[in-house]
Amino acid sequence: MSTPPLKVPAETESVKDKDYTGTRVEQSNREIAELANQSYKFGWTTDVESETIDRGLNEDVVRLISSKKEEPEWLLEWRLKAFRHWQTMTEPSWANVTYPAIDYQHQRYYSAPKRAKKPLSSLDEVDKELLETFEKLGIPLEEQKRLSGVAVDAVFDSVSVATTHREILAKKGIVFCSFSEAVKEHPELVRQYLGSVVPATDNFFAALNSAVFSDGSFCFIPKGVKCPMDLSTYFRINAAETGQFERTLIVAEEGASVNYLEGCTAPMRDENQLHAAVVELVALDHATINYSTVQNWYAGDKDGKGGIYNFVTKRGKCAGRNSRISWTQVETGSAITWKYPSCLLIGDNAVGEFYSVAVSNHRQQADTGTKMVHIGKNTRSTIISKTISAGHGNNSYRGQVLVMPKAERARNYTQCDSLLIGDQCGAHTFPYIEVRNNTSNVEHEASTSKISEAQLFYCKQRGIGTEDAISMVINGFCKEVFDHLPMEFAVEATKLLGVSLEGSVG
Amino acid sequence: MVEVAERIDDKAHYLGDLGRVKSSSPEWINALRRDACARFESLDFPHKRMEEWRFTNVAPIVRTRFRSTLEPAAHGLTAADLVGLAYGVPEWSELVFVDGFYSPDLSRVQPGVRAGSLSDALAGDAETLRPYLNRYLNGSGSAFTALNTAFMLDGAYVSVAKERAVEAPIHLLYITTGLNAETASHPRNLIVLERHASATVIESYASLAVDVTYFTNAATEIAVGEGARLEYIKMLNEGTNGYHLATTRVHQDRDSSFRSFAIVQGGRIARNELGVVLDGEGASASLNGLYMTGGEQLVDNATSIEHAKPHCTSWIGYKGVLDDKSHAVFSGKIMVQRNAQKTDSNQLNQNMVLSDKATIDTKPLLEIFADDVKCTHGATVGRPPKELVFYFQTRGMSEAMALGMLTYGFADEVVNQIEVEPVRARLEKFVYTKYSPIPG
Repeated sequence: MSTPPLKVPAETESVKDKDYTGTRVEQSNREIAELANQSYKFGWTTDVESETIDRGLNEDVVRLISSKKEEPEWLLEWRLKAFRHWQTMTEPSWANVTYPAIDYQHQRYYSAPKRAKKPLSSLDEVDKELLETFEKLGIPLEEQKRLSGVAVDAVFDSVSVATTHREILAKKGIVFCSFSEAVKEHPELVRQYLGSVVPATDNFFAALNSAVFSDGSFCFIPKGVKCPMDLSTYFRINAAETGQFERTLIVAEEGASVNYLEGCTAPMRDENQLHAAVVELVALDHATINYSTVQNWYAGDKDGKGGIYNFVTKRGKCAGRNSRISWTQVETGSAITWKYPSCLLIGDNAVGEFYSVAVSNHRQQADTGTKMVHIGKNTRSTIISKTISAGHGNNSYRGQVLVMPKAERARNYTQCDSLLIGDQCGAHTFPYIEVRNNTSNVEHEASTSKISEAQLFYCKQRGIGTEDAISMVINGFCKEVFDHLPMEFAVEATKLLGVSLEGSVG
Repeated sequence: MVEVAERIDDKAHYLGDLGRVKSSSPEWINALRRDACARFESLDFPHKRMEEWRFTNVAPIVRTRFRSTLEPAAHGLTAADLVGLAYGVPEWSELVFVDGFYSPDLSRVQPGVRAGSLSDALAGDAETLRPYLNRYLNGSGSAFTALNTAFMLDGAYVSVAKERAVEAPIHLLYITTGLNAETASHPRNLIVLERHASATVIESYASLAVDVTYFTNAATEIAVGEGARLEYIKMLNEGTNGYHLATTRVHQDRDSSFRSFAIVQGGRIARNELGVVLDGEGASASLNGLYMTGGEQLVDNATSIEHAKPHCTSWIGYKGVLDDKSHAVFSGKIMVQRNAQKTDSNQLNQNMVLSDKATIDTKPLLEIFADDVKCTHGATVGRPPKELVFYFQTRGMSEAMALGMLTYGFADEVVNQIEVEPVRARLEKFVYTKYSPIPG
């Protein structure tokens, strides 16, 4: 095996490079054309023997999950507390989405690929089928793909199957492993931060997740360390009729920084599957966390049959001075998306950012946005949201900017743009701006329109076909957000956009 | 369960008064009242868990046992009592309502203008009102709106026949005397402009009592016919302990135009709900507003525009200046229905916060189901830009003076668009004295 130099994509300058983006548009145009007739490409299933538990949810199921994971007593108690609280809660109905009632007793809450009891010492011991699965997904799990420079934690159904690059990270003192391992190896860290941003009782879906969460990723960047590579988690739902409930916790200590990427896919099935995840980020003084998501769960077919119900609670806490949390998301999948990555800007001068592209085609429904809570002085937040609705899709931006009385000189800028393709779709904007401080400055702008005839005409006049012209306009529309994605993800996101809008452009 | 019992009890005083409302002659009016009464009983009073009332706490209104005025009382007011409230322009029609009831002695209607009391109109030719009355409010609105319909005792009825232009403004002035504390009035208005008619209607609310607690629960329905044009100015200057809740529904036909100004000056709690339906191609609506709050005021402007047909344009532009411990709420909803292509709709809400205890909640919403549309909205909260203040300072003005001038300029941008000269002049003076540091 040759050894080309190790690429360190910790910074994402390459994406910001003008020449690069120029070629990317051309390249993506080709890709969109190529992909125009392709359907959901991650729709296959893997025939891995898996261990599932019976349908239904009660305290015994919670205990069973906990014991399967050999968890300490305090965690079981934490789960049970969440479960008891969940039982008293009702499913929220305020989101602008409609779906048949979910029977929570009909779900399976745990599914894990069967494997030997002893822990895996290297990737060779991982089930071949599994590795092939991740290969198909294009995830660089194998050592040879180390060169892509991304450390990956892959979560298959409910269990984390492999984490790469651990030695390199360990040298720097970075902990990057599955949540279950973290509970065993770093219980003090998990205990300190688990639920500190999203309490177990936060909302209906977060409480459900807290009770039955099976695995997820844990990441800890110690004081002053800049993570030498991007960290990535890949989530895959495989088993039928199971829900996936993973939990991610990222802690960046003083002066630490990390780029974190998350991807998700699922097989095509006729039933709807439930996915309720929780992500917690903690940034202490001067710490930076960039969290990027490309969400491509199975969206259901043209008529809205099947698809994932994606109910996710993501929240970051800028606890320290000058801390920074940035959310970038590309939401192209899921039958229903219910997701509001938020920032609690507690430390003085903290910065929160939210960049989002949400696409809903066919019968997809997305209700997504962000919450920026300004608590500390001089806190700043930026919200850029781009939504694209096509077919019968419905897309809502729902956001809240809350400036508390002590948040002197807080600053927010919000821009929400919606693009409509076709006359059966809908685009909705629900911003809430609540200001309790008169030294703050809050701006909100939103627009909704279709692709301008003038722009298309301009392209066509120069010999660019309608389809290419449309994808160019769409790419331009999303560029502001894609610029914040690491390179690999930006390319993937552009491709996904083409697939998601297939049948609606041109 | 205790809570439920309390809620029912909260309605008892209203239901008692409703029981004493005399039935009217055409039976359909009684039927309207009965339906509304049933609706009132079935609905909860607005509370903070209702999305539309999320920021507006009306508990002080619900808690107070207001007695509703059921018939005109002997008020003994003369024209001299109305100086500064009425405009007294001889060419105008000026209708005065005292504690919710029409007062012919204080009013003046120009010949040829069809404007007067709703109860008189109902007693006379109720059938001409039938196609319009409660058509646009039916089954919508809060418990308070239902309560208004359940009473429906009096208010203004303005009707402009087809192809008629009423040049001089029609001023509807609602006075609360405050002779009895804790009373409620439920004025009900109907404004109908037939095909190609045009008019200017001013609806203003004021109080003669400074500190008395009272409640005005108003509802207005406006029908703007094909090609008709209405300029509608609502001024709210209730007393310091006056509560005002109002629901206005506007229905626009093809090629009609509606332009409104909502100016809020006084009132302890004031909520203006203004909903417009553009129900014919080529209709246009422009909703403008200015709220100037202080003390512990709570002012809520809830606006909505529904584009039901293609080729309509709309604009919502509201500005707010907040001082002291006041709380302002703005919500603007633009709804574009599936077939309403070529919609052009813009919305802007700007707020200037002068004190560090004032709070603002703004909620501009877009709900769009058609693709060939152009819709924008924007909202800002802040203080005058430092550069502007500095510009004034370089010319020798103090910071306070600069801020005052800028605040005045900010508020006046709304006022100076009002075309009715006496109204504009009076408001400009008010805004100038309130904010400008230089004595006028």
